Amino acid sequence: MTVYAAPGTDGSVISFESRYDHYIGGEYVPPAKGQYFENPSPVNGKVFCEVARGTAEDVEKALDAAHGAAPAWGRTSVAERANVLNKIADRMEENLELLSVAESWDNGKAVRECLAADIPLAIDHFRYFAGAIRGQEGGISEIEEGLVAYHFHEPLGVVGQIIPWNFPILMAVWKLAPALAAGNAVVLKPAEQTPASIHVLLSVIGDLLPAGVLNVVNGFGVEAGKPLASSPRIRKIAFTGETTTGRLIMQYASENIIPVTLELGGKSPNIFFDDVAAADDAFYDKAQEGFTMFALNQGEVCTCPSRALVQSGIYDRFLADVTRRTELIVQGNPLETATTMGAQASNDQLEKILSYIDIGKQEGAKIRTGGARAEVGGDLAGGYYVQPTIFEGDNKMRIFQEEIFGPVVSVARFDDYADAIKTANDTLYGLGAGVWSRDGNTAYKAGREIQAGRVWVNNYHAYPAHAAFGGYKQSGIGRENHKMMLDHYQQTKNLLVSYSDKALGFF
Amino acid sequence: MVDRVSHTPEAAGLLRRLRESHGPLMFHQSGGCCDGSAPMCYPAGEFKTGGSDVLLQELEVDGVDEPVPFWMSSSQYQYWKHTALTVDVVPGRGSGFSLEAPEGVRFLIRSRLLTDEEYAELHG
Repeated sequence: MTVYAAPGTDGSVISFESRYDHYIGGEYVPPAKGQYFENPSPVNGKVFCEVARGTAEDVEKALDAAHGAAPAWGRTSVAERANVLNKIADRMEENLELLSVAESWDNGKAVRECLAADIPLAIDHFRYFAGAIRGQEGGISEIEEGLVAYHFHEPLGVVGQIIPWNFPILMAVWKLAPALAAGNAVVLKPAEQTPASIHVLLSVIGDLLPAGVLNVVNGFGVEAGKPLASSPRIRKIAFTGETTTGRLIMQYASENIIPVTLELGGKSPNIFFDDVAAADDAFYDKAQEGFTMFALNQGEVCTCPSRALVQSGIYDRFLADVTRRTELIVQGNPLETATTMGAQASNDQLEKILSYIDIGKQEGAKIRTGGARAEVGGDLAGGYYVQPTIFEGDNKMRIFQEEIFGPVVSVARFDDYADAIKTANDTLYGLGAGVWSRDGNTAYKAGREIQAGRVWVNNYHAYPAHAAFGGYKQSGIGRENHKMMLDHYQQTKNLLVSYSDKALGFF
Repeated sequence: MVDRVSHTPEAAGLLRRLRESHGPLMFHQSGGCCDGSAPMCYPAGEFKTGGSDVLLQELEVDGVDEPVPFWMSSSQYQYWKHTALTVDVVPGRGSGFSLEAPEGVRFLIRSRLLTDEEYAELHG
């Protein structure tokens, strides 16, 4: 087991700056209005740095820098851009521990997840898009003899990206890698809950990109996010968050007639058929872990498997086994690699989770384990910790229908296949789902019938680049994590060329 | 008539302050991830409501001249209609484009189940 020293203390792999300005045109620029906000760590609730409180003036300055850089960046060869992306990946790999500890401290998540998932996935994401852009081809179509249509992929120009706080670096990279690979310049606004770790990333990779290609404006949604999303100077906006802000962003985009990509969450069903428990073997062990994945990242994942549907034949046994498994979760200092679940990202997030536990109890759902704030004590006493919680109830209850975004799973029983699919699809969302069965036909059929963009079959919470990720229904628009995202950052130029000397004969 | 949405004194205080800085206000209840499952507060008219939304309540707030409308998408309301909501406020940070975030606080919804009589009154 490793225990990383808290940032700013002796022996820490990272020391945050006391203040972060905006990163515009390759350098740090103070906010136009001179205002900053305090950034507490969810680990202990204590402020560890202050961050520029951006406004429309700062967004304009960042857009100026991006517009200055976009034409030249868009003309670089794909080989050159791919090289830059690969170098970024290498640099991140050399700084795995630094980035992981920074992410854990800013967000509250267990550092073991940053070391094993967040940062390695981000690294691979850059490599994937470095490869994807090299492999991308345009088209040549011979319409008729002497008339040829050429199709070129061209960058959009300057794009805006608004990043969530649950995986601050990884979610930024999901958006940055395709945008940069496609030749766009970016103005990015990190979440105000987790504004610091992206600047640690910039300290590692900033020099690899031409000035102005990547600009970061910090601040609150209403003060910095809105001027970015509503600007007539962006050609596309990408957002991960929730439905009301998603609609508002679409509304702004409609005023400027620009495309959006949105990832707006879900209420993902995780279905366990009877045959999962047919043997007490490695697969059964894996399925139990698959259930317990609701606690990954403290449940702050858009695809949190927060509705577990368990077939009646194994319901009692399975629930007993997964309750034991859940109770093995180790809460404590997120900077210890033995800690398996960290702190919620903010105080209001903690309060929201507790309000949902309250409504769950009122609706008559039964708590199998957890159900309260976790008291971790000591240096962490001011942090935002919640016990991993298992509810048993009915799919009509609000805890089965709303994204709690915490370590809370609601379990319901089903009798047969049709019942399972009906319940799984009884939701406003369609981002993720899990299907667990030893029978390939059942698993395949269920996977196809569930209305969700990502169905994990006999696994959960894997996010490899090269597997498309995005939502059905109210979960959003677009597919990240796959080369098809390049299309969302490019426009098609058709050059229709006549190689004939012959007039048409109309005039 | 039972209130579908009410508010705490703390929320009223915050709404008065926001009204002074931003003019008339509105709420739209969000769903989904991150800052979702929480109410968003905007200048009135900033967020375009339409046929897919339902107006749950016109909140009467002491010291605020006009009622503050509280909206939700009707599809979401189908799953919420057996509960009464209270707008509260807690210390916090960040909330989409909601107006209160720079104040270091966050609106939060607390819920209770409607009684059978209240449910019948609202939904027949």
